[in-house]
Amino acid sequence: MAQISNAKRGPAFYFLAAFFTLFVIFLYGPMLVIFLLSFQGSTGGLTFPMRGISTHWFNDLWTSSRYGDLGGAFRRSLVLGCLSMLITAIVCLFAGLAFRRRFWGSGPIFYLAIGSLVVPGILLGLGISQFFQLLGFKLNWWLSGLGAHLSWTMPFGLLIMFAVLNRFDASWEEAARDAGARSWQVLAYVTVPILFPGLIAVALFGFTLSYDEMPRSLLTVGGKNTLPIEISNMTTNVTTPALYAIGTLTSVVSFVVIALAFLAIAVIQKRRARARSGS
Amino acid sequence: MTEQSRIDIQNVTKLYGKVPAVNNVSLTIDGGAYCCMIGPSGCGKTTLLRMIAGHESPTSGKIQIGNEDVTDKRTGSRGTALMFQNYALFPHLSLTDNVAFSLKVKGETAQARREKARTMLDRVQLLHLADRMPSELSGGQQQRVALARALITNPKVLLLDEPLSALDEFLRLRMRVELKRLQSELGITFVHVTHTQPEAIALADQVVVMDHGVVEQAAGPREIYSKPYSPYVARFMGGQNVLSGLVDGTGAGGTTVRTPDGMLHDLQVVPDAKVGAPVNFSVRRDHIRLVDEAGQRNGTRGKVVNVEYQGTYVKVALDTGSRDEFIVYLDEDDFYSATRAVGDMINAAWEPRFNHLLVGTNNSTGNPHEE
Repeated sequence: MAQISNAKRGPAFYFLAAFFTLFVIFLYGPMLVIFLLSFQGSTGGLTFPMRGISTHWFNDLWTSSRYGDLGGAFRRSLVLGCLSMLITAIVCLFAGLAFRRRFWGSGPIFYLAIGSLVVPGILLGLGISQFFQLLGFKLNWWLSGLGAHLSWTMPFGLLIMFAVLNRFDASWEEAARDAGARSWQVLAYVTVPILFPGLIAVALFGFTLSYDEMPRSLLTVGGKNTLPIEISNMTTNVTTPALYAIGTLTSVVSFVVIALAFLAIAVIQKRRARARSGS
Repeated sequence: MTEQSRIDIQNVTKLYGKVPAVNNVSLTIDGGAYCCMIGPSGCGKTTLLRMIAGHESPTSGKIQIGNEDVTDKRTGSRGTALMFQNYALFPHLSLTDNVAFSLKVKGETAQARREKARTMLDRVQLLHLADRMPSELSGGQQQRVALARALITNPKVLLLDEPLSALDEFLRLRMRVELKRLQSELGITFVHVTHTQPEAIALADQVVVMDHGVVEQAAGPREIYSKPYSPYVARFMGGQNVLSGLVDGTGAGGTTVRTPDGMLHDLQVVPDAKVGAPVNFSVRRDHIRLVDEAGQRNGTRGKVVNVEYQGTYVKVALDTGSRDEFIVYLDEDDFYSATRAVGDMINAAWEPRFNHLLVGTNNSTGNPHEE
């Protein structure tokens, strides 16, 4: 480390530093702009300058009827996100464990599972809606919509699970069996507890990918919209900073979920530390 | 206890695809014995150990522990405990809970099992660290925990997979002594897989030398070391020079063998030996003298290619024109009584009784990194 900081910085350093700065501005600048503009004064518009600072547009979201069923859409997206999270975490745990062995057909099955990441979401959504109607189901956000979201969250979750399992030593399971544990005991006392922080990461992706998924939702949720579709509709017919207010709110929800996930990991580590101090 | 912890392996074969990792092995390990299985990597020793533990099942054959057929018995219910090479301590559990794990799966209450675990930790002198996590321990301490975790199941047989390979030289020698002491205290069978020859010789009551999935020789350490069965065992266990020649003459008193350098060697009677038949034999490196005059019998002549001072002896390597270097362990005073330098031609000789006939035909070198 000391060697690096003592070395003379060449032009490459300044070039890369400038490049990185631009990158960060590009990444977080727009979010910051939306955040600031959502606190626009009540007489302000969609662009700078700020005409005072207020929470007027947040209030407007709740009280005005101009924005359609925003509350319902938010609730649906939240439930859908949680369902996707649960199913993704459970399925990916077992799928990941299964893929550790080379079973017959494991290669093709893996590519089939990952393939749906490559298909354009809107087309996949169209296919799913056709398929469900063909089978005689009515399109519904918690049925065909959930299916469409899982086609997006589960392949991702599986890939993350592979990365998590990369650091998992199968001899832990053997040691458990050697101590007399039956299959369910190995899973409950050894495999899942050791993998748990990684499982939280899988679950987190399951939630956030579903929560802001639009292309796959458009044609599959049926009559009632999810939040991303609702916001997308707002961009065409709402011309007030309320648009930014909803952006800020949804971002906050995402950050809260991430914070909860980190908190969960921290709590687990603390519990393990407590086991250490002997209580 | 002795009878209960005897291991009978009968015609056990393990195929991976069509490749036999263990090939029709039959072996009896006496109850209460310290058995070391040794061989180069891929020789099948670990597979055999894992089959005794039940982590692999034999393709064919039978494994008995204490007269009970355990071939198809569930791992963890056959009276064995395995200590893993990397210890495989559970990273999410404290030492106490690691050691108490097998009691937990049996359904003992938290208090009862923790108490027993602490007693066991005390036994391996780690009670003061009972509440630590495995990642906070040194390699040697982790190994003691693994040992405690295995022993708390009260096994009839303790299986150790290269238990000392991850330790540094100093700890390795100390743990070696401790393992031996523990084994004689407990009186149970230890089966210890290793690839280190001195470890096997020092620890074992029974040494099992393996190669290519078969048992090449199973015997006490002194017999393995001084009366190897085949050229492979002689080379792999070390301490021997392997010589090959053709039968020159036979008689009631013994068989004479001529090596390619023209030297004659007097061996014991080689059964069914005809003149001209190939014969392998070995001579212990520490039973050889240097002589001034080249003899006709029981000796060799070669150029010194290397001299290593080893403290208690001097190791001299000769190039005699054959496949293996000819190595002589000499007494320090003997060697330095005359000036002998690398490049000199010197003569070596030994008493005929030190010629040991190698009956087996396995002529591989076994271990490429053998000293």
